[in-house]
Amino acid sequence: MAFTLYSLIQTAILCTNAIAVLHEERFLSKIGSGVDQGVTGFGDDPGIKSQVLNLIRSVRTIMRVPLIIVNSVSIVLLLLFG
Amino acid sequence: MLFDDTSTSAMSAQGSYYTPGYNVAGPPTDARGGVNNLFSDPMANAAVMYGSSLANQGKDMVNKEISRFMSVNKLKYFFAVDTRYVLKKLMILMFPYTHQDWEVRYHRDTPLTPRQDVNAPDLYIPTMAFITYILLAGTALGIQKRFSPEVLGLCASTALAWVLIEVLVMLLTLYLLTVHSDLSAFDLVAYSGYKYVGMIFSVLCGLLFGSDGYFAALAWSSCALMFFIVRSLKMKILTSLASDSISTGSGARPQVRMYITVAAAIFQPLIIYWLTSHLVR
Repeated sequence: MAFTLYSLIQTAILCTNAIAVLHEERFLSKIGSGVDQGVTGFGDDPGIKSQVLNLIRSVRTIMRVPLIIVNSVSIVLLLLFG
Repeated sequence: MLFDDTSTSAMSAQGSYYTPGYNVAGPPTDARGGVNNLFSDPMANAAVMYGSSLANQGKDMVNKEISRFMSVNKLKYFFAVDTRYVLKKLMILMFPYTHQDWEVRYHRDTPLTPRQDVNAPDLYIPTMAFITYILLAGTALGIQKRFSPEVLGLCASTALAWVLIEVLVMLLTLYLLTVHSDLSAFDLVAYSGYKYVGMIFSVLCGLLFGSDGYFAALAWSSCALMFFIVRSLKMKILTSLASDSISTGSGARPQVRMYITVAAAIFQPLIIYWLTSHLVR
């Protein structure tokens, strides 16, 4: 399994895109996250599900603008250089 | 002060300096005066000082930017090693069964540097082992006449990518299962880089003694590395930092932490085999 730098960058971009695309209302509410029932346990054991939802929400918030930039750049580069 | 002394000689030298220096008789005297001119000519002096101040400014700016992303002090902690530590650590990596005390000693809440504590993780051994592994891979491929310069780069980036993947998976697991440990990202990189020592040992034995030597060395270094990882990470993961948590325990149960430690240990021989088997046929 040979990892070139380009394939690593591609993997990172695709994974981050996949996390950022998960829609709040249509999808995550069905699974049971929801914006209003996120903060249930203030104890010291939040549970794995709320940790995952926390992670998704934070990735979406932080990486929204850089993802736009990186995706546009990669689209232009792919159009130019194949 | 710098300009006062040399004004007279600069004036006299400047006269000959600015004549068109194409005549043959001119250059020898110019050269002798020219070397002095570099430090006595006020314009060159001013240029040198301006350049050095610009370089200093650039250096400060680069330092500030870098220290925003990763703290250089934390990185310096990992490279504070000496020869005695390196030798003892290598011995422990290859033969950890006689080492008694696996605790990382602290000194007023800060962990001791690797110079003073043989159990502390460091980044010097992993870095050196990584570079040695790349060189050894090139040598092994060259012996089998399969060498080309691109292979070195490919090998290096593959190994680096696997280290990165392993560190990210460990960080993700520790975060998702709310295991509160004091393992920073650099610690995980260090523990993940210790497997390169085992890889080098296996590839060396494979080159010297053929396929049997390779598998024997692989088995030995896998067992030693698994023992090392389990004992080291047990101290860090399984002891809960229960300074302010209530009796319901902080974070995950001990079984989950044991699973994480054992999974990290099992991963090591797999990746050693994966990254070195194509070098020894």
